Amino acid sequence: MSFSPLALITAAIAAWLAIGVAGILKPRSLRVVRVLFPIGAAVAVFLAIFAFAALRSVPEARVLPLGLPDLPFHLRVDALSAFFLLLLGGASAAISLFSSGYFRAGEGTAPGLICLQYHTFLAAMALVLIADDAYMFMVAWETMALASYFLVTTDHRLPEIRRAGFLYLLIAHVGAIGILLCFGVLQGGRGDYTFEAMRAVSLTSFWPSVAFFLALFGFGAKAGLLPLHVWLPEAHPAAPSPVSALMSGVMLKTAIYGLLRVTFDLLHAQQWWWGAIALALGLLTALYGVIFAAAQTDMKRLLAYSSIENIGIIVAGIALTILFHAYGKPLLAAIALTAVLYHCLNHAFFKSLLFLATGSVLHATKERSLGKLGGLIHRMPWVALLALVGTLAMAGLPPLNGFVSEWLLLQAFLFTPTLPQSFVNMLVPVAAAALVLAVALAAYVMVKFYGVIFLGRPREPHLAYAHDAGRRERAALLWLGIGCVLLGVFPSTVIAGIDHVNALLLDTTVSRAGESNWLLLAPIATERSSYSPLIVLVVIVSVVLLTIQLVHRFWHGRSRRAPAWDCGFPLQTPRMQDTAEGFGQPIRQVFEPFFRMERHLPSPFDDKPRYFVSATDHLWYWLYLPIARGTEAVARLAGLIQRGRIGVYLTYSFVTLLALLLFVR
Amino acid sequence: MSAAALLSQLLQVAIALLLAPLLVGWVNQCRAWLQNKRPPSLFLPYRTIHKLFVKDAVIADNASPIFRLMPYIVFGAMCCAAAIVPSLATALPFARAADAIALVGLFALARVFMALAAMDIGTSFGSLGARREMFVGFLAEPALLMVLFTASLISGSTALPTIVDTLAHRELAIYPSLAFAGVAFTMVSLAENARVPVDNPATHLELTMIHEAMLLEYSARHLALLEWASALKLFNYSCIGLALFFPFGIAEGADFVAMLGAAPALVLKLAIGGASLAVIETLSAKMRIFRAPEFLGTAFLLAVLGMLVNLLLGS
Repeated sequence: MSFSPLALITAAIAAWLAIGVAGILKPRSLRVVRVLFPIGAAVAVFLAIFAFAALRSVPEARVLPLGLPDLPFHLRVDALSAFFLLLLGGASAAISLFSSGYFRAGEGTAPGLICLQYHTFLAAMALVLIADDAYMFMVAWETMALASYFLVTTDHRLPEIRRAGFLYLLIAHVGAIGILLCFGVLQGGRGDYTFEAMRAVSLTSFWPSVAFFLALFGFGAKAGLLPLHVWLPEAHPAAPSPVSALMSGVMLKTAIYGLLRVTFDLLHAQQWWWGAIALALGLLTALYGVIFAAAQTDMKRLLAYSSIENIGIIVAGIALTILFHAYGKPLLAAIALTAVLYHCLNHAFFKSLLFLATGSVLHATKERSLGKLGGLIHRMPWVALLALVGTLAMAGLPPLNGFVSEWLLLQAFLFTPTLPQSFVNMLVPVAAAALVLAVALAAYVMVKFYGVIFLGRPREPHLAYAHDAGRRERAALLWLGIGCVLLGVFPSTVIAGIDHVNALLLDTTVSRAGESNWLLLAPIATERSSYSPLIVLVVIVSVVLLTIQLVHRFWHGRSRRAPAWDCGFPLQTPRMQDTAEGFGQPIRQVFEPFFRMERHLPSPFDDKPRYFVSATDHLWYWLYLPIARGTEAVARLAGLIQRGRIGVYLTYSFVTLLALLLFVR
Repeated sequence: MSAAALLSQLLQVAIALLLAPLLVGWVNQCRAWLQNKRPPSLFLPYRTIHKLFVKDAVIADNASPIFRLMPYIVFGAMCCAAAIVPSLATALPFARAADAIALVGLFALARVFMALAAMDIGTSFGSLGARREMFVGFLAEPALLMVLFTASLISGSTALPTIVDTLAHRELAIYPSLAFAGVAFTMVSLAENARVPVDNPATHLELTMIHEAMLLEYSARHLALLEWASALKLFNYSCIGLALFFPFGIAEGADFVAMLGAAPALVLKLAIGGASLAVIETLSAKMRIFRAPEFLGTAFLLAVLGMLVNLLLGS
């Protein structure tokens, strides 16, 4: 092949930017956008193909003749970048296709402008993944943050959306400072900010730990790690659904990419206690996210909290990789890393699918609150079917994809008792228990999500006029749904791809060590553990078909329709179904200390009884509001010297001059 | 995979399908004896299933395809589980396809579909049952996994055949970790199979039911399949318990003759297990639903304790 993968990837990024610029030429025209977004989707597919080629080839670096004088942009694509580019291409192809049918005129920002922001966002994410120096990385990272900020505030006329966007921008920048400082530590005083130079530097004493925790803080803010997760549940409901899908499905993964790049590529000596701390943080995030997800009543907030949960699981996996790597257990580390990357891929697919499905529901019903939905499976069968795939995948059920990564992670957890430190040996099973609890709760959350939106009877009369998604939207959902099934059914094939990353970062592979083949997944040996989703799927499907056949053959298939029985209660209204609050109530009760609850119960004598409950985050009151109040107090003190009279200001200048003359000379 | 192995695999599933209703009948009979009632026939569950298959199905007006497909999916998942659980023999070919974690996943699949179907009609009891079932499930599932993890730490494997082989060949001594795990497993199985302290299989009292509330709208062949599936679930759980804690007499290898030899041992063990289930159910009272987290939380902690004891003592 005459073109190298990196050149082709760069060309795809340039194509995205060109599409964005083309969109701005006629900003108000919806028709142009309808054409441009599918082209962007095609570019995404090509990007995925190029990335797949790059995954198998040797790392390739190149210097772009752009940037400042003496500070050119360095690009490099290796297996780790290629894997995340593949994820970006695969998920964003569907999201772009969906967007082409989703954005309408008159909803906030003009469509052409959205096209520019959207494609800049995509290009910036791709550039983050192929950046090879800190300068390029930060430029791309900030472009990504800004582009996504503008996308989040598409409906900028609403004050709460502007507020959510501001919060997002603020935390993104707090995180960016952490990353910047991390790179500052990593260059080790040499002043050379290319990743090549950082790899060559070997930091001593406590500096590697400083760099790691700065990276954990900076990338954790982007990923939504506790306690910097608060922007997710605000920004996702505010953003249009394709943007939420892109942010949750893909952008969070760029943070994971950054964390992996810093921890396993740029830093050399991993300490076991980094792993222990990150493990605790990851599991806490996972539990926190899922418990809050169970209590939500807004469908996009629910998904946002569940993204926090998934990021927690991913970070726990990274922590486990660090732990094993530090103790010199390469195979276990490789299994944990495989689980991490696999879960990133899975989450990109099923979470994008679910966010896009909420977009279709939102357009069809104009409702985001779970309490006003219901029964949509009859009106929107396509969306309901594909959302079911995403729901089951996210609930971590075999034979879909969410289960595979959880299975791998549990395998990594289970084979620990060979670590030299007995304290860590005890920690790991307890961590496994917490992980399993989070996964089991995710199933609860997903039943709530799917059951309240799509099943039951419509809670509002106007839902009877809901319409199914358009053809492009359906095609996009179908792409992601098929992705979920294929990723679930052919795990060994996927792992063979992920192994290139394992080989790069850990010098080990999973495929060759175990007894896996395309049918059977056995990372260590079949005697230890094995799983074959394809066989499970085929057996279940064939038993279902066979049972249907046999029942109809031996007995009959007669049935008739009648009103629901419900223990013989005659008056059944849709209001008697469980609401989202009701479904979350047991979780609120069991995990009460996690929430800051405000409850208003009506007294028996109320004419207009009103029940009100709100479950908010303690961290707002324990962390964010004190910081905000402190900032305000400092600002007020600074305000004291601001008098608004020129005489006073001249006095300040005079005093300053005097002080300078006195002390500096 | 040889034809003989496939045949013995099918034999195990067939025996599970046939024995499962009998196990339910036996538990009911024991319970009736203990409660000074005249017992129903041992074969009543078969007759009930047949009767239901003969009847015409009545389906609620706004039932979606999920509602109609669910009984088949749950039945399929339970059959799949019956093929994995080592009830008669350990080295069956299908056991490779799913290990202990995947087995728990299969049970979760059945539970999630059941809860979704219960919400599908949009009645108050259906969604109440779904919520409660998921509530019990999210606590019971981790506890079950922890029990299995304890066993897999002992054997260094999550593959059920290896676990059972290892446990069958240990010396006859009390393993503290297994003792903890055994208690936890008993508690989890009671909850998962809708048995007395958590749920009552005989109740149709509106406010207390969990499992039955989800099946309220089902009739005829769908209900028959669900009854059969829940009998299979009880059978599967009993076999997991027997395989983990009393693996003696189980056939090692997929030998046809050895499996037939293992069948009487299995029946005997199941008879004792079913009788003890009846004793537990008779002796305990049903708890309020919000006591269930305490019960299952205890099971979860016991299982985790079992794991830690295993790591501490190495046994």
